Amino acid sequence: MSDNGYIVGSNLEKALKAGYFVATGELGPPQSADRHEIEHKAQFLKGIVESVNITDCQTAVVRMSSISVAVLLMELGIEPNIQMTCRDRNRIAIQSDLLGAYALGCRNLLCLSGDHQTFGNHPQAKNVHDLDSITLLQACRDMRDRKVFQCGDAIKGQEPRFFLGAAANPFADPFEFRPYRLGKKVKAGANFIQTQIIFNVPKFRDFMRRVVDLGLHEQTYLLAGVAPIRSLGGAKYMATKVPGMEVAPEYIERMQNATKGMPTMAQIKAMDDPKAAADARRLRKEAEEGEGIQICVEIINECKTIKGVAGVHIMAIEWEQAVNEIVKRAQIGPKYDPARQAA
Amino acid sequence: MIVAQQKPLDEIKAMIASANKVLILGCGTCVTVCFAGGEKEVAILASQLRMATRLDGQEKEIQELTVQRQCEYEYNELATDHVRDADLIISLACGIGVQTMNEQFPDKLTVPGLNTSGLSQPTEQGVWEERCQACGDCVLALTGGLCPVARCAKSLLNGPCGGSQRGICEVYADRQTPCVWDQIYKRLEALGQLDRLMEIQPPKNWHTSRDGGQRKIVREDLRI
Repeated sequence: MSDNGYIVGSNLEKALKAGYFVATGELGPPQSADRHEIEHKAQFLKGIVESVNITDCQTAVVRMSSISVAVLLMELGIEPNIQMTCRDRNRIAIQSDLLGAYALGCRNLLCLSGDHQTFGNHPQAKNVHDLDSITLLQACRDMRDRKVFQCGDAIKGQEPRFFLGAAANPFADPFEFRPYRLGKKVKAGANFIQTQIIFNVPKFRDFMRRVVDLGLHEQTYLLAGVAPIRSLGGAKYMATKVPGMEVAPEYIERMQNATKGMPTMAQIKAMDDPKAAADARRLRKEAEEGEGIQICVEIINECKTIKGVAGVHIMAIEWEQAVNEIVKRAQIGPKYDPARQAA
Repeated sequence: MIVAQQKPLDEIKAMIASANKVLILGCGTCVTVCFAGGEKEVAILASQLRMATRLDGQEKEIQELTVQRQCEYEYNELATDHVRDADLIISLACGIGVQTMNEQFPDKLTVPGLNTSGLSQPTEQGVWEERCQACGDCVLALTGGLCPVARCAKSLLNGPCGGSQRGICEVYADRQTPCVWDQIYKRLEALGQLDRLMEIQPPKNWHTSRDGGQRKIVREDLRI
């Protein structure tokens, strides 16, 4: 703990400590060395969320590194939350990169085990998993609070100080063990938690009840993961193809009903008039996206009523434009939270 | 046991392309039990190669022999005459057997006819599942006797990760491979030892595994 009472004093930590219902965002780095793509996405996130997670080669696809994108975001006035997985780096590389990340100005860090390389575009890669998400947290906490490297050697000079985060999947099995595993992450040093995307609020409530029973909400800040559904196809994909995700049937139904009475895609394709087809396509898209955003806002509003939830982590990957509308309608975040305006 | 699988025939054919007289040398231990490199598999491969090389118009002379244990010199000595007559040896042993032969008979090249693929348990007829990665620092006492190093796709010591659903690991395309951490949880629950899972396991010492370099056991009490 530093003199001012904060662990590191990042925007994220300050907003959480102040008790605001916090919103964080997410940005997926490009699969190229193009900084313009980052600048383009960043404009949709600036000033409306507390900090922005930058994924570390999510789904094991090669992308620009999390720390380098973090530096670009800081240049653009956005607070980054870097992600570090155990898949690609051993304890030497991880600590080395984190020394650099701190020196470059990064202050928030999410510790993950990482998506298996089988899912990505280099399935023949060797994986590392020298540490796991829990021992990574421990190592980062020890560097910060005990000024030692994982091996026990003293850090002579500035230690890397990060506001430490971890992930939790309330929908994975064994369900009854999940709150305890979250407890292990808190014990290992997690100052905040960001959960898997929630599309099953009753199950998340059950999970949170047990988290609160264990008193974990008093030892860490828990941000519920949310995301806007962009299309019926997207909802179905998340429901059936993404491991570790649960999508309640009511949301699929609502996405289906959103375009009720409108021409189907097959009918649109058969239209003779290209302008009429384009209009019909646009109307369908607007209806689906509108409903997706509406569902997301409703889930956020439900999360506000769940004890122990300190905010939401909005994962609108490849649809960053939607975030402003979401935080505006949910009245959260630095720009739209009425409590923030009053302060 | 050590389990292995035969390499594709084309790969074997390419390895022996320049030889005229080839010895296929089987092993009577692990690879016999897992039906990869015993007497029978040696005979089948020999027939296949005779036929294939005949069809290619360059029929090779293929000899067959199986020794009891190809990872030990004294058993391989029985193959000395066969080795002398051959231009090249295809070993149907595990990688240890292949290397023992190359070391013992340095003037002849022994090539691998198998891919050695693990320390496995035969779980049903025709199925072998990896159980041990020989990490050199056994953790089975902590995990109810199920190995996360060999059986978790991420070798997690503080599992299960978020990819465990209905007892199945997300990594495998077959969607049927159990999540070993789910199994560990259920096993410890049955043993009344769930409190073990509340402890954080520290980073593993991988030095005892291959990461520390080639491993060697020296037992002074057994040396002559």
